[in-house]
Amino acid sequence: MATKFLSEFTVGESGKIVRVTGEGRIRRRLFDMGVTPGAELTMRKKAPLGDPIEITIRGYELTLRKVEAACVEVELK
Amino acid sequence: MKNFALAGNPNCGKTTLFNALTGSTAHVGNWPGVTVDKREGIYKGGAEHASIVDLPGIYSLSPYTPEEVISRNYILDEKPYGIINIVDATNLERNLYLTTQLLEMDVPVIVALNMMDAVEKAGDKVDAKKLEKVLGVPVVEISALRGTGIKQLMERAVAMPAERKGTSVLKGALGAEIAAAQAFYEQEGQSSPLFHAIKLLESDELELQKKGAKEALARAAGGADMEAVIADERYKYISSNLASAKVKGEEGQLTKSDKIDRVLTHRVWAIPIFLVILFAIFHLTFSEDLFYIGAIAEAAGNPLPALGDLGLSAGGEMALGLIYDGAVFSPGVILTNLMGLLTDNITLGFSMLIEVCGGAAWVDSLVCDAVLGGIFAVMGFLPQILCLFLFFSILEDTGYMARIAFVLDRIFRRFGLSGRAFMPMIMGFGCSIPATINTRTLADDKERTATIRVIPFFSCGAKLPILTSMAGGLLSVFGVGNVDAITYAMYIAGVCVAILSVLLMRNTTQRGETPPFIMELPAYHLPGFKNLMLHLWDKTKHFVKKAFTIIFASTVVIWILQSFSWGWEFLLQDAQELFEADPVKWASLQDIEGLVNVRANESILGGIGMLIQPLFTPLGFGSQLTAFGWVFAAAALTGLVAKENVIATFGALAAIVAGQYIDWEAEEGAVEAAAAMIGGTGISIPGVISFIIFNMTTIPCFAACATARAELPEGKFKWTLLFWICTSYIVSCAFYTIGSWWWTCFIWLAVAAAVIALIVLRNLGKFDIVKIFRRKKRE
Repeated sequence: MATKFLSEFTVGESGKIVRVTGEGRIRRRLFDMGVTPGAELTMRKKAPLGDPIEITIRGYELTLRKVEAACVEVELK
Repeated sequence: MKNFALAGNPNCGKTTLFNALTGSTAHVGNWPGVTVDKREGIYKGGAEHASIVDLPGIYSLSPYTPEEVISRNYILDEKPYGIINIVDATNLERNLYLTTQLLEMDVPVIVALNMMDAVEKAGDKVDAKKLEKVLGVPVVEISALRGTGIKQLMERAVAMPAERKGTSVLKGALGAEIAAAQAFYEQEGQSSPLFHAIKLLESDELELQKKGAKEALARAAGGADMEAVIADERYKYISSNLASAKVKGEEGQLTKSDKIDRVLTHRVWAIPIFLVILFAIFHLTFSEDLFYIGAIAEAAGNPLPALGDLGLSAGGEMALGLIYDGAVFSPGVILTNLMGLLTDNITLGFSMLIEVCGGAAWVDSLVCDAVLGGIFAVMGFLPQILCLFLFFSILEDTGYMARIAFVLDRIFRRFGLSGRAFMPMIMGFGCSIPATINTRTLADDKERTATIRVIPFFSCGAKLPILTSMAGGLLSVFGVGNVDAITYAMYIAGVCVAILSVLLMRNTTQRGETPPFIMELPAYHLPGFKNLMLHLWDKTKHFVKKAFTIIFASTVVIWILQSFSWGWEFLLQDAQELFEADPVKWASLQDIEGLVNVRANESILGGIGMLIQPLFTPLGFGSQLTAFGWVFAAAALTGLVAKENVIATFGALAAIVAGQYIDWEAEEGAVEAAAAMIGGTGISIPGVISFIIFNMTTIPCFAACATARAELPEGKFKWTLLFWICTSYIVSCAFYTIGSWWWTCFIWLAVAAAVIALIVLRNLGKFDIVKIFRRKKRE
């Protein structure tokens, strides 16, 4: 199965999270917001200037920067 | 009385529930050491009263934001009788993540399942009975907005047994590890050992500080990374056990919220729409020509009549004058006029009372001009501050504010800030006070400090008269410039100074990584009227309290400084007695009533002005000026109380310099007063510009200072004052010297280049001033 980082997603793509890396604080925050391995997400949109991005995860809308999205590895659907 | 802590995610209706529970008994304070609102109140709806503390909205109990630390410590240390955990039924999964953590503490918990109406509307269903069975604690359906289910919630809450042992949803998957860690805490006699044990397994910073905790963690987890496993297990448990309590209806069409979002965060239209909304807010708050009706009528060749031309009676003119004068006023201006009418009449009443009681003229001057005048000058802002607060609260409550941060984050990250810093800054154009309070939405302390410090550079409403009258004065004395262009250029200059300062701070004293921007974009919804009004009422109380303490004291001090000489001789004189002998002059002074100060030169303020005047020589309004030159220095001082005082000080003195009375409160009068001072003191054009810039970038008014002091992290306020003084001094000096001698720009550029080089080298670790200094000392 092909995996790629959330930061490389295009609008409309969805998949299942395989791994969350990153430094302590960012990783913790991602976990607390429900970005955990196994969760499914869909890329909703990019901000008008291309960054940050908006995703749907666990039934709500979450926004994060591309730098932070680069910590999230996703298996494409 | 049993006490309960209200806990839940942000945007789940927690504030609404709190307001519904406590009503008018609520009061707002601060959590010790941090600027997060602490709201407390009493529930009186049941047989037994209960006190409620509203914990800040949180997603988790990790110790990474002040909100999380507060909530966690409150529950663990203050040991409330129970926790009311409000859960948004439309977003069960993420909301229950916090619930699973709360359940691990040895505290009784009751779950309030909110927004059930929205769930049903979407065609879904949540089974509260089933949820109750799985969680093992009471679950009550409520609607915080409509106030239903609240009585039942509180009945069950007070009926909960006082003791409860923590339970964890992780016991199945991680039983052994948890038991090992728990043993460590039990041995230490810690309360809520289960909660602490699990936090330790997550390598929680606060837990690891405890003695022996690191070893206990190594024993329990055997070096494995448990953080991801625990978060994952929580969610797994929720989706397999609890989410089954939720039955989904038909798979969703686009909801209304999605449709709104498509427009508001549109790739092309997002920013224009945002600018229009922002413009509308300022227009509705400050404009004296609502929807440009007056301007349009004039452009159409059919101007609306001015108020005085309508032939109304005095009373009618006063009443209509509140809302109309050749154009319709905006709501903000109408409210300000109402406030002005009220305060004028109170002042008049006091004045009459003093006269009836036979009080001396100086009593009238002290009470009416100084005390009431000072307090009312500040109170005069209240309507417009509240208007701004109202509009920005609506943006916040509807969920639009989060989208603005989303849209603008990219731009702000360049300066080391997040998109959220935009709102406080832009509010600064209205008033620094609400702007400073609004920085609470910024999570990072350094980002907050940097933002609060530059807010005054976004020239506020009260500084506008300084700009227009000085620019007008410049035009009438030297015949150069264009008032609008100068005003506009000064606003831009302020913004540039702000950007440069933020860049400088984020690279030196307020250095730190750009805070993460991982946040929920809540669904759009209509704001609750009651919530908005309660919010505004809180702000009003806060502001009025400030106006009556610090402003009161400072205006009295300024009045004394202005009215007395160094030998404590009272300088104010009765205008009639003074000028009657000269009928020609007296005729030109018809408007003066009561006391005037023609000996201001001898006043204490004058003395201080002259004393500090040389300090301003490099800025162009110091010793190079003639006779009344100290007025600029004095005006900068009185401006600290409220920025209107700058022009008021000119007004008072212009009368003497120009030899005629000037009604500086009228717009033309203010320009005249400024022109008189510019003409009378021999200040140069760059000097005037430098004076404007100085007032824009220096220490803001006392009310704003008091707010900044309350909002800044401990110990930062004195440095902030120093920062404001230095910035205004340096920037004004640059404007003056370059304006007077163009070639000095090369010196300034060279200095700037050197400073940038030093900072870059230092940040690269190649050069350390502190270290070099220490080495020198040792030698």
